[in-house]
Amino acid sequence: MTITPAIKRDYLSKLAEQGKRADGRTFNEFRKIEIETGLIPKAEGSARVKIGNTQVVAGIKILIGTPYPDTPESGAMTTAAELIPMASPDFEAGPPRENAIELARVVDRGIRESKIIEVDKLCLEPGEAIWMVFIDIHIIDFDGNLFDTSSLAALAALHNAVIPIERLRPDLEKLQEKFPSVKKYLEEHPTDYPLPLQEPPISCTSVKYNNVIMIDPALDEEEIAEARLTVATDKNGDIRAMQKGLNGSFTVEEIKKIIKASIDNGVKIREELYKSVGK
Amino acid sequence: MESDIKLIDDNGKRLDGRAPDELRKIKIEVGVLHRAEGSCYLEWGGNKVMVAVYGPKEALPRHTQNPLRAIVNARYNMAAFSVDDRKRPGPDRRSREISKVISEALEKVILLEKFPRASIDVNIEVLNAEAGTRCAGLTAAGVALADAGIPLKDIPVSCAAGKIDGHVVLDLGKEEDNFGDADLPIAISPRTNEILLLQMDGHLTVEEFDKALEMAINGCHIASDIQKKAIMDKYQSAPEVK
Repeated sequence: MTITPAIKRDYLSKLAEQGKRADGRTFNEFRKIEIETGLIPKAEGSARVKIGNTQVVAGIKILIGTPYPDTPESGAMTTAAELIPMASPDFEAGPPRENAIELARVVDRGIRESKIIEVDKLCLEPGEAIWMVFIDIHIIDFDGNLFDTSSLAALAALHNAVIPIERLRPDLEKLQEKFPSVKKYLEEHPTDYPLPLQEPPISCTSVKYNNVIMIDPALDEEEIAEARLTVATDKNGDIRAMQKGLNGSFTVEEIKKIIKASIDNGVKIREELYKSVGK
Repeated sequence: MESDIKLIDDNGKRLDGRAPDELRKIKIEVGVLHRAEGSCYLEWGGNKVMVAVYGPKEALPRHTQNPLRAIVNARYNMAAFSVDDRKRPGPDRRSREISKVISEALEKVILLEKFPRASIDVNIEVLNAEAGTRCAGLTAAGVALADAGIPLKDIPVSCAAGKIDGHVVLDLGKEEDNFGDADLPIAISPRTNEILLLQMDGHLTVEEFDKALEMAINGCHIASDIQKKAIMDKYQSAPEVK
């Protein structure tokens, strides 16, 4: 754990009282967002996203697997996040700790519950073979707000992803001998095609300290934050996922204010995302 | 998930006969375990949850100690037999996340500064699970902390609201959780209505969210009254020390 020097805490608190932030942003302003897609040829989809100095690489692998017993006719997805030592002196190698787990689960929930991936279109043979989508998130430079950077990277990588017909053709051909539906599928999809997706919700995180609320916290701000709230909103301004963190609390009014700021910023970030994936 | 089941009928009655703003039945027993400093057994609809509180005691391993305050280790654990398909024993990603958000919620109401370098361990065992176990667990943890005599600013309490078939309702049951449109578990400090825990998945408009949040806060207050009555019942019947 880093002990943020008291001086820094005083400085940021005094700035906040004057309505300012250390990097000159307003409370409702995100840092600069950069999105680059398709940088990893081996992956079915990939993206590198920067929000300020925080940098995340997300990769998508798509494999043939067997469906879960309770959803025999739909594809599957999992999300994992690694806080690798490269990103911060505070990250350690080894199995994911609770911070990485919470991060992966919040990103996973944002994608799964809002049904961005059209899993019902990922069935090859009911009960036997499906497409499995693996979303892996690597944090490579950590300067705060991993939730938003990671979910944006996952979304950009998903938009960049293709179903790897070419790469897995030998396996698919083996499958089609057993299952006529796979044969039909291969006739309909002779080559790689984009992963079927729906409108994505955009996640925006805010923190509170000294009773001031600010969006997209940088690391310094995150370290002195008392409470954190992530809100994912969709194109219509509806709420699709939320997660509160840290041991501080929010009032009902503060939560409503955060939702409003998340919707406003969500619109802008969605535009950036679409621009970067050519949509 | 799509379903043909109608979760709420034309009269606004739900599958188990509840009204939209009605909680399932809650039963709380205080001080049910011998060894623990404080304990609570709670039934919330079909959920059966046991909580034991140990501490404050020296936090171990030592690197977890905070020289200025106590740390809270909530451990949410589901018994292998608590769900339809056997759950593999031990912590998984879901239970680690729930443990983390519950620990953080409890830290806000405990006077942690009184116990530097100490840990307060809150063991939450889910014996039978039927939607809303984290709310049941946190509500029981609040009672067990009070029973353990840990100095608290307030007794934290938790409840969920959600959306089924387009209606905002309180305290989702099992089918409602599986086939509903949204789930919004929260925990509050009932004296101040400060929000200690908040998660949401599914799909809510801003208006629906406002309604669900208000409903969940009301549900918390109902559960809070039951918590306080359970604690009073135990300590009122205790013989007075002269």
